[in-house]
Amino acid sequence: MNLKTFLLGTCSAVVIAGFAQAETLTIATVNNGDMVRMQGLTDDFTKANPDIQLEWVTLEENVLRERVTTDIATKGGQYDVLTIGTYEVPIWAKQGWLLPLDNLGADYDVDDLLPAIRSGLTADGKLYAAPFYGESSFIMYRKDLMEKAGLTMPDAPTWEFIGEAARKMTDRTADISGICLRGKAGWGENMAFLTATSNAFGARWFDENWKPQFDQPEWKNTLDMYVKLMNDAGPQGASSNGFNENLALFQQGKCGMWIDATVAASFVTNPKDSTVADKVGFALAPDTGLGKRGNWLWAWSLGIPAGTQKAEAAQKFVSWATSKHYLDLVAEKEGWANVPPGTRSSLYANPEYQKAAPFAKMTLDSINAADPTKPTVKPVPYVGVQFVAIPEFQGIGTTVGQLFSAALAGQMSVDDALAQAQQVTTREMTRGGYIK
Amino acid sequence: MARAVSTRRTAAFTIAAWIVALIIFFPILYTIITSFKSETEAIQGFSLIPSGTVESYVEVQTQKDYFKPFMNSVILSVGSTLLALLISVPAAWSMAFSPTKKTKDVLMWMLSTKMMPAVAVLVPIYLIFRDFGLLDSRLGLTFMLTMINLPIVIWMLYTYFREIPGEILEAARMDGASLWGEIIYVLTPMAVPGIASTMLLNIILAWNEAFWTIRLTTTNAAPLTAFIASFSSPQGLFWAKLSAASTLAIAPILIMGWFSQKQLVRGLTFGAVK
Repeated sequence: MNLKTFLLGTCSAVVIAGFAQAETLTIATVNNGDMVRMQGLTDDFTKANPDIQLEWVTLEENVLRERVTTDIATKGGQYDVLTIGTYEVPIWAKQGWLLPLDNLGADYDVDDLLPAIRSGLTADGKLYAAPFYGESSFIMYRKDLMEKAGLTMPDAPTWEFIGEAARKMTDRTADISGICLRGKAGWGENMAFLTATSNAFGARWFDENWKPQFDQPEWKNTLDMYVKLMNDAGPQGASSNGFNENLALFQQGKCGMWIDATVAASFVTNPKDSTVADKVGFALAPDTGLGKRGNWLWAWSLGIPAGTQKAEAAQKFVSWATSKHYLDLVAEKEGWANVPPGTRSSLYANPEYQKAAPFAKMTLDSINAADPTKPTVKPVPYVGVQFVAIPEFQGIGTTVGQLFSAALAGQMSVDDALAQAQQVTTREMTRGGYIK
Repeated sequence: MARAVSTRRTAAFTIAAWIVALIIFFPILYTIITSFKSETEAIQGFSLIPSGTVESYVEVQTQKDYFKPFMNSVILSVGSTLLALLISVPAAWSMAFSPTKKTKDVLMWMLSTKMMPAVAVLVPIYLIFRDFGLLDSRLGLTFMLTMINLPIVIWMLYTYFREIPGEILEAARMDGASLWGEIIYVLTPMAVPGIASTMLLNIILAWNEAFWTIRLTTTNAAPLTAFIASFSSPQGLFWAKLSAASTLAIAPILIMGWFSQKQLVRGLTFGAVK
């Protein structure tokens, strides 16, 4: 065989291989336990769909959001499936950036999706993203410390009770703080918690005419309570604590209570990572008797960008990853406790799941208690419980978050923080054309 | 007596230098230590003694393939460095040996491009990459890294070349050397240490570049920076795993830096003392 024949042969082989190559889906995702688990289980999908291959791009949440936004806005077409949250879905669907999911297959059972989650992912009556896992927020507390304080945690406590319990549970000599709450500035950090909490106090971000409401007494009550409680019973340096920092504190036994994402329940009850695994109880997020609880609603979901050339294959994948079959697959391979929570009613009706996840009922109740379309006591012009689903919110939320974090750190008073928040938000909303 | 004082001073300076070096190196050292801890150990406060487990490394390798991003990092950093040298050696030569009235302005202008925040040009660059089909390609990223580091490379070489007496080149010319002969036989041997240190520094800069390498790649051209980024998580504690991924990503460049430190220091301090 001379060189020419060899080269020709090689080229033909490459060309033929190119034609025969399977369709490759590029999936953008975040590095969460459930997502990582899915990457390990994709053989099940590729076996059933040998003509589809999967490539994963895993990034930190904020970088992913920025990357995906750039790509989708410039129609870069780098991704075929996106992992997005309930914040993005209504905004992106309105922009025409997402394809509606209307071909998920006959056995998909859309009606099995939890109504609260489904409504957060629906725009104009069409589903634009399928939930992979959903979460709300609730109270995780140390049963032993609560008992020591001589108190019993009700299933649905008030903020008054939480304040009293937190102060009683605090033991500075033993380095135990009665309560750990988010303080790190960011629209998805302290503002997720504070916005959800403010709903319980009857506060809202905007009135029906998009006028910011930080000058109203409801916000002052919220922030006063938060700063005072954290000063009395919170950990040191709380203004730099986010989800991960509080998780570490709670797992080390340094928090009496922690109000945060329901997804944390599986971490704090896992004896491999948590020193207090067998002492954790759960309760609904607190209220103030006004009819709304401070629990949020979030779902990491899979959506398909409008620019993809592989919509059909992408829809097949989304359908597989969010199906009942996938939940069964995880249960079979990794046990019921590791099944992605918060998406389907059938999961919560499953006795095996209830047995494996003691927090299942409380998670479901928390999710059901949140209503993204009517998040607070008074009417609002926006969708979202712990955020406002408008493009400007990331910027405004983070700026306001910095002010509230400064108030927590004692760098400014609550009144000053609220006054500045009002000023900044009014300016940005006027600039955005919401306020004429 | 004077000698004793100076010895004591030298000792004090040496200790101070070690302390400063340790402070600078400590985050890297602690990352390496954490990578040999279990996740539970990693969150249990400060400790310099790990249990020595390699479970994080095993998990990192099972979760993501290390070899592909590693090869991408090598190709991108070496490729962009060679390309940058190819452009900057002649540029620096002309500015050092035949300066014009505007040479200083040109140099300043080149440096000023480094002062602009990268994110300001993200969208235009992204669109250019999209239109030329360069998104997620090694070629596009090599070109991008070359452009980013070019001002620094030109500046370093320029400073280096300026230290070489022009008279030597003139003497070569008097002896009948051609322009290329002058560059190849006279300038290059004298400038090799400078070129080498510039090259090393540029490889390190390109290896560590994390803004563009994460934003312009997805899977094919993603280097080790994207590999590390994929282990960062807002929900859940993966500190040991993240440390293991970081250690794997910085190890090659750390080893290279260790072996070439003499050249690096020489290149960086050249011309500092006259």
